[in-house]
Amino acid sequence: MIAESGLAALWLAGALAALQLILAALGIARNHDDAMAAVRPVAVVQGLLAVVAMALLITVFMRSDMSVLLVAANSHSDKPWLYKFAGAWGNHEGSMLLWVTILGVAGAAVALLEHRVDKRTLIATLGAQAAIALGFYAFLLFSSNPFARLNPAPADGNGLNTLGITAGSYWAYYELGWGGWWFWDPVENASLMPWLAATALLHSVTVLATRDGLRAWTVMLAVVAFSMSMIGTFLVRSGILTSVHAFAVDPERGAFILALLAIYIGGALILFAARVGTVRAGNTFEAVSREGALVVNNLLLSVVLGLVLWGTLYPIVAAAFGVQLSIGPPFFDKTAGPIALILVAIMGAGPLMRWRRDGGREVLRRMAVPGAAALVTLVMFLIFARGIGILPLLGLTLAAGLAAASVAPLWKRNLRRTPLFTFGMVIAHLGIAVSLAGMASDSAFTQQVLIATKLGEPQHVGPFTVTLDSIVPVVGPNYSALEATLTARRGDSAAFTLKPQSRFFATPATVTSESAIATKLDGQLYTVLGQQDEQGRWQLRLWWKPFVTFIWLGGALIALGGVLSLFGRLWRERRWKRDDEEALA
Amino acid sequence: MRRWLLWLPFLAFVLLFAVVTFGLKKPADRTIKSAMVGKPLPDFALAGIVPGKPGLSSRDFTPGKPRLLNVFASWCLPCIAEAPQLMALKQAGVEIDAVAVRDTTPALQEFLARNGDPYARIGDDRQSSVQLSIGSSGVPETFLIDAQGKIIEQHIGDIRADDVPDILAKLRAAQ
Amino acid sequence: MKRTLLPLLLLLAAPALADSNLPPAALANTQLKDPALEAKARDLMYTLRCLVCQGQSIADSDAEMAGDMRALVRQRIAQGESPDSVRRWLVARYGDYVTYDPPFSWVTAPLWLAPLVMLGIGAWLARGSFKRKKR
Repeated sequence: MIAESGLAALWLAGALAALQLILAALGIARNHDDAMAAVRPVAVVQGLLAVVAMALLITVFMRSDMSVLLVAANSHSDKPWLYKFAGAWGNHEGSMLLWVTILGVAGAAVALLEHRVDKRTLIATLGAQAAIALGFYAFLLFSSNPFARLNPAPADGNGLNTLGITAGSYWAYYELGWGGWWFWDPVENASLMPWLAATALLHSVTVLATRDGLRAWTVMLAVVAFSMSMIGTFLVRSGILTSVHAFAVDPERGAFILALLAIYIGGALILFAARVGTVRAGNTFEAVSREGALVVNNLLLSVVLGLVLWGTLYPIVAAAFGVQLSIGPPFFDKTAGPIALILVAIMGAGPLMRWRRDGGREVLRRMAVPGAAALVTLVMFLIFARGIGILPLLGLTLAAGLAAASVAPLWKRNLRRTPLFTFGMVIAHLGIAVSLAGMASDSAFTQQVLIATKLGEPQHVGPFTVTLDSIVPVVGPNYSALEATLTARRGDSAAFTLKPQSRFFATPATVTSESAIATKLDGQLYTVLGQQDEQGRWQLRLWWKPFVTFIWLGGALIALGGVLSLFGRLWRERRWKRDDEEALA
Repeated sequence: MRRWLLWLPFLAFVLLFAVVTFGLKKPADRTIKSAMVGKPLPDFALAGIVPGKPGLSSRDFTPGKPRLLNVFASWCLPCIAEAPQLMALKQAGVEIDAVAVRDTTPALQEFLARNGDPYARIGDDRQSSVQLSIGSSGVPETFLIDAQGKIIEQHIGDIRADDVPDILAKLRAAQ
Repeated sequence: MKRTLLPLLLLLAAPALADSNLPPAALANTQLKDPALEAKARDLMYTLRCLVCQGQSIADSDAEMAGDMRALVRQRIAQGESPDSVRRWLVARYGDYVTYDPPFSWVTAPLWLAPLVMLGIGAWLARGSFKRKKR
């Protein structure tokens, strides 16, 4: 019953999307007020129904209802509840439903909360949202039904499709005993590209709002950002690229999404070319100015985006010429890396430049302190840490410079009268510096030790001494494991324990390693248990990763900064509007 | 902005679409072919692994007549499927030598007893070193070697019944 | 936590999960004694592709063949071979697919030249946003 209700909710949501589109189109074309007035409530109910459908799918997963095909194929009654929960969208159909739900909620939010925009524009926006959603509802209902039943229902399911677990960078690092955090894998790249476009868009909107320039560019970036997320959706499912993370889907579904892509993105780009000429040309800028720096920023972000897209898809181009290629970190690090570093340098100088026009010499003067910080860092590392690569060295140097430069706008300023938007910018840029420092440190200073050890034999990694005390079998909810107890200490300080495990799952038969991580203030000790060799010694992989946590700490700061600057802008506009209204009263 | 520049993004998308559609249409060929086809067999010498059967070295291939080099293992399931075809080839007078990848004597003896033994020699490749040196990436694979010790073809996967006449023809042509 | 025979029995079942009956090669999971050589070997391993995996380097993969390739890399580096020479040996066997660092050739030229081309096009397009100097 639950699955049927979910399917019914999905059908209703799809029908409402169709209705929303028709009402919006008719309302605008015939200037029909009643039709236009109905669009908002329809959008809200559409969003609600999509949420209901998603909630019901999660429910059948939590109950391990094996008569639903999706649950039988992707879940097992022995799984811990968190995996059942995440398993609902850790597969093709479920994640498409999640996509559509987020789209519906966004549309509902716009319908409920947006009151500043001209009515016709708003209705047109909701109509466009409905048009896009309609394509995906059709895809779900006719080609990827998440609620399909299985007859007869199996006793229990296939178990967790390990490839389906969504692996964020930290999750992969933590869960898989891999020790790395980025591999330029096609699926990772597919998630990076919308972020790059959205970041460029965010900065471009700043120029548009402040100086009324870059109009066409901003529209273009908005189209690109959405296109990238659609393209990412396609790449992960189509099977055209090999990846450890890809969902296993047949090319027919890939063709369906490709058709949707062609209509939506192709349509948007044709509209852009045909109609953007009607947008009045915005202002132009002086080269040395805040706007100038933002234009260069956009340019470099777009180039990195283009490189990641080109590098990810190039194996297909090469296959057309009969050549099988593998493109990975060596290519991306060498090409996108240096451009990203230049971007970091500009990120330091930009906020210190004035709007409209600035002088080259004045800018250099303001950059004196950050420049000095960078120079000191460079010299320090050249003296005390020889032999680290040029890229990590540059990364550390620029991170120091950027950190100093990002807090510089707050220097000698009354912090209570500083707008929220500025705090957001400072925190976001500081976050980049922190993240960069973490990446460079991980690249330059990580020490890795791979040994076969006997019980009680001390091993060394970095400043730590690690001893294997015991190996015992343990039992978990759906696995059995071998758990190692390691004692680690640094110098004379207190010893601590780590317990990495080697886990054996029954359904399906898999072996995974559960790493044990000890986080200290200045880095992480990361341990993985391997197999026993012929002489009865146990394989251990030990890493000492100085300051690696900065990567994710920086990421959190970037997100916080982004949210603050977004709210800061909204709040400021609300306050201006209120001031205007009071002035007129 | 000049008019035609505005159409660049659309053109870029068309190019992208073409690449991606091509990727979708062509069958995904995930097999990795050896790049040693057409080159002489690299030097190697493997000890025997089954008592009574000699080991295998590259010197056994030159000078001689064209023969097959079969890369297999007792733990490989498709190898069982191709055993009858190998026996048929042996009946037709073809000499077949083998490289046993990561295998043990008792397991091999059981495999040969159960599925037949078409091999003249079997070399013990404990660490896949010969497998790697000829560019093989899995089991089973069969390499056709001509009379001068040059690799003329690589057959990836198990040999099916309809592959047998083709292999015989190629070996005769290499005489 | 139960300490029953069950985990031990499941452990006995574990070898069935492996491909072959043999343990990994000696240098598949052990480091070279010389840290400089081991660093060279490890840097190389991160750029070589596992042939039987879904997109992993041989350094990251648990597959047996990846282990044998790691052993081969370490053996050759320990004997004094340069990483480039080892890479070339593997490419001679498996083609460019095995290296994550595509060599520059007429097929990969559009790939390696892309950064310059994109920067050029981007800079030219961005010109329009800047004020023209009026004389």
